Amino acid sequence: MRRYVIKRLAQAVGVLWAAYTVSFLVLNWLPGDPVTAMASAGMDSGDVDPARLAALRHEYGFDKPVLVQYADYLGQAVLGDFGGSVATGRPVTSTLADALPQTLQLTGAAILLAVLLGGGLAVLATYTARRWLRQLLLSLPPLGVSVPTFWVGLLLVEMFSFRLHWFPAFGNDGLKGLVLPALTLAVPTGAQIAQVLAKSLLTALDQAYVETARAKGAGRWRVHLRHALRNASLPALTVVGLLVGQLIAGSVVVETVFSRDGLGRVTAAAVTAQDIPVVQGVVAFGALIFVTTNLVIDLIYPLLDPRIVVASDRRAALA
Amino acid sequence: MVPAAMTDERENGDDVTTPLLELRGLSVSYRTRGGTIPAVRGVDLDVWPGQVTAVVGESGSGKSTTAHAITRLLPTNGRIDAGTVRFGRHDLVALSEAELRTVRGARIGLVPQDPTVSLNPVKRIGDQVAEVLRIHGLATRRSAPAKAVAVLDRAGLPDAALRARQYPHELSGGMRQRALIAIAIAAQPELIIADEPTSALDVTVQRVILDHLQRLTEESGTAVLLVTHDLGVAADRAQRLVVMSQGKVVEAGPTRDILADPQDDYTRHLLASAPSLTTTRPRTPVSIPEAQTAPLVEVRNLVKEFRLPRTEDGPRTLRAVDDVSLTLHRGQTLALVGESGSGKSTTARLVLRLADATAGQILFDGTDVTTARGAQTRQLRRRAQLVYQNPYASLDPRYSIGEVITEPLRAFKVGDRASRLARARELLDRVALPSATLERRPAELSGGQRQRVAIARALALSPDLVVCDEPVSALDVSVQAQVLDLLAELQADTGVTYLFISHDLAVVRQIAHQVAVMRTGRVVETGPPEELFTRPRHEYTRELLAAIPGGRVPSPAPETTTSRGAAS
Repeated sequence: MRRYVIKRLAQAVGVLWAAYTVSFLVLNWLPGDPVTAMASAGMDSGDVDPARLAALRHEYGFDKPVLVQYADYLGQAVLGDFGGSVATGRPVTSTLADALPQTLQLTGAAILLAVLLGGGLAVLATYTARRWLRQLLLSLPPLGVSVPTFWVGLLLVEMFSFRLHWFPAFGNDGLKGLVLPALTLAVPTGAQIAQVLAKSLLTALDQAYVETARAKGAGRWRVHLRHALRNASLPALTVVGLLVGQLIAGSVVVETVFSRDGLGRVTAAAVTAQDIPVVQGVVAFGALIFVTTNLVIDLIYPLLDPRIVVASDRRAALA
Repeated sequence: MVPAAMTDERENGDDVTTPLLELRGLSVSYRTRGGTIPAVRGVDLDVWPGQVTAVVGESGSGKSTTAHAITRLLPTNGRIDAGTVRFGRHDLVALSEAELRTVRGARIGLVPQDPTVSLNPVKRIGDQVAEVLRIHGLATRRSAPAKAVAVLDRAGLPDAALRARQYPHELSGGMRQRALIAIAIAAQPELIIADEPTSALDVTVQRVILDHLQRLTEESGTAVLLVTHDLGVAADRAQRLVVMSQGKVVEAGPTRDILADPQDDYTRHLLASAPSLTTTRPRTPVSIPEAQTAPLVEVRNLVKEFRLPRTEDGPRTLRAVDDVSLTLHRGQTLALVGESGSGKSTTARLVLRLADATAGQILFDGTDVTTARGAQTRQLRRRAQLVYQNPYASLDPRYSIGEVITEPLRAFKVGDRASRLARARELLDRVALPSATLERRPAELSGGQRQRVAIARALALSPDLVVCDEPVSALDVSVQAQVLDLLAELQADTGVTYLFISHDLAVVRQIAHQVAVMRTGRVVETGPPEELFTRPRHEYTRELLAAIPGGRVPSPAPETTTSRGAAS
């Protein structure tokens, strides 16, 4: 068990480093220059004092060789310092820290909704004995995956804000303001969870141990929830881990559509302004969230399926 | 003796003149995309209280479907079209699903086919046994764990208290089957349906489990419906036999009578092809005298170790093959016999250079190939081929049969398209399949036909050595006999050498020139089959021989004309 955790932790660190490095290289290779963009802001023409540009470049370290920049940034990033925003001058860390709670609320609520709705849909669709109902329920997830997020958002706003006036159309106020954006974000996520869970539930229900359970005299509900669901939950859990990354990306769209403050909007603004330190911070931070979630999920696996740790040992045995 | 709780349910408690279970005109069909396929057609079957009734038949005979239809545990596309299943006072076909649930597990227990997949992998053994008791209100949340341990103990699981806390994957196949037996007997049912309960287990384990099941059911007076493809098992255990073929009962009656004097052609055919029941039927073709030619393969002091997960005591290793020496003579068959885990498959993998030996030497046609790499192994592949156990998994479902057979030729760039096709046609002819088979896909063939294709593929490059890894154990007995005949015939024609791996001594007896008995990585005894079978020297060989089912069959008894039970 300890070896398993250590191995996973080492992998997590590797992923973080790779995400940081790749994003650093990509941002460096991109044409355009944040300093020019910043200095030219508010001016009519592109004529900026070259001396001022050079001073700015020096201040942010853009005049050093790429490798040295990389080493500097990485060294600071490891200590949690991503430098200051080129656009606003505020430290990246505090910019992110301000935006974070909003986005965590949003994605947290979205993932909760997605698991409940998607999981419920999958369980219901595989449980029902009515063919038409099963077909109907199973046709919903592909629909949910294929419609674009912004369109779902606009539809929900039109319906529940402008027509029914149940929920506000934008802003960050309280629980009520959270409902529509979270739902918007939950639709594609929940749909994917439903697809995977329904598929693996159907597979699990076909297994021999399900017949054993039925032969014991267990009712359908019992067979479904106590025997099939736990076995089927592993692939769905894997998907949840991967979807967390998608949720962070999705928050960019949703926060823009609903005019919410948060990480998504910070990202959108930083990309527009070519604010490299902020974008780097967002990438590193997103990777951190993604890696942490998947680490937690990796650690949940053995609790759900007692065979998993043993399996990793067995591979060592056969090597 | 009838379990106390059930007496009120059974008005005919001790009346052995009435069957406990009475199937009349039972018909079951499966709905598939290709239409409705009848699986069971008008089956009549009786199970008497306290008796073992065996349903015997080959795959597709409908025996398993019949057994599952009794408690309506059919796959979703299965349907009971007609007939009654009288059990006690009730017709189980007419009961509602909720009523049926009070019968399942409580009054009729099921021992499923494959213990390795029939337990929920994520639940503890004890909980899975306790669940039956909880469902039927026979234990409270508090008393259930202790009762479950008691039942596991009764089912013969050693260290029941410890096992109850373990998960299925931590137990051996035999132990898992005991856990499943515990689940079946937990509620003290009147009838146990055992669907091929031991066919996935080693012979010696098989015998111990069946002995125990027999003792348990005799003690409690439980009736057993034993479904099996193994006539030997049925003959040993059952008072009554029901022989099924193509969804129908072809013969039924007391076991002794049917074995001594089968009335139906199919029963006779089944009896004739059952390897364990025929004393000896040597297929051994004329063998080349050993001294004349050098051996094809010589294995000297072969060792293979696997690393195990390290523990506090430091790294551990498992010696899967331990100082094995073998000699394979040209044109002959050497059989490696042993139970699972005995190292027989690993030995074969080492000979084929699919795995690296830890120590020892392998000589192939005089050349040392122990550490052969690259081009040399490739040459070896050309001369040594493999036939796998499971013909359902070893053929690529997307290939046509022609592509399957010519693949080795294409891999070694032998001939052109036309000549390869001609070779495939010739090979198909060799394995007695029509040349029209070339265009078909594996899924369209039966298990026996697929294994013939696999053999044709193995022979495509005219190899010197073919390793057959349990080539017939996935096949029905009558098909087994045909495939074994084919292998012997091909050997006589082409002079190919076989390394034949099997757990089934009865099969080995028919095909091998030399037998090596393996146990825990070591060869404990070698010799020609006749000698080994009649005068086994090692204790383990004797144990294996004793475990062959069918050993207790009364030889054709003089009292052949006893009354015959009402068959279909």
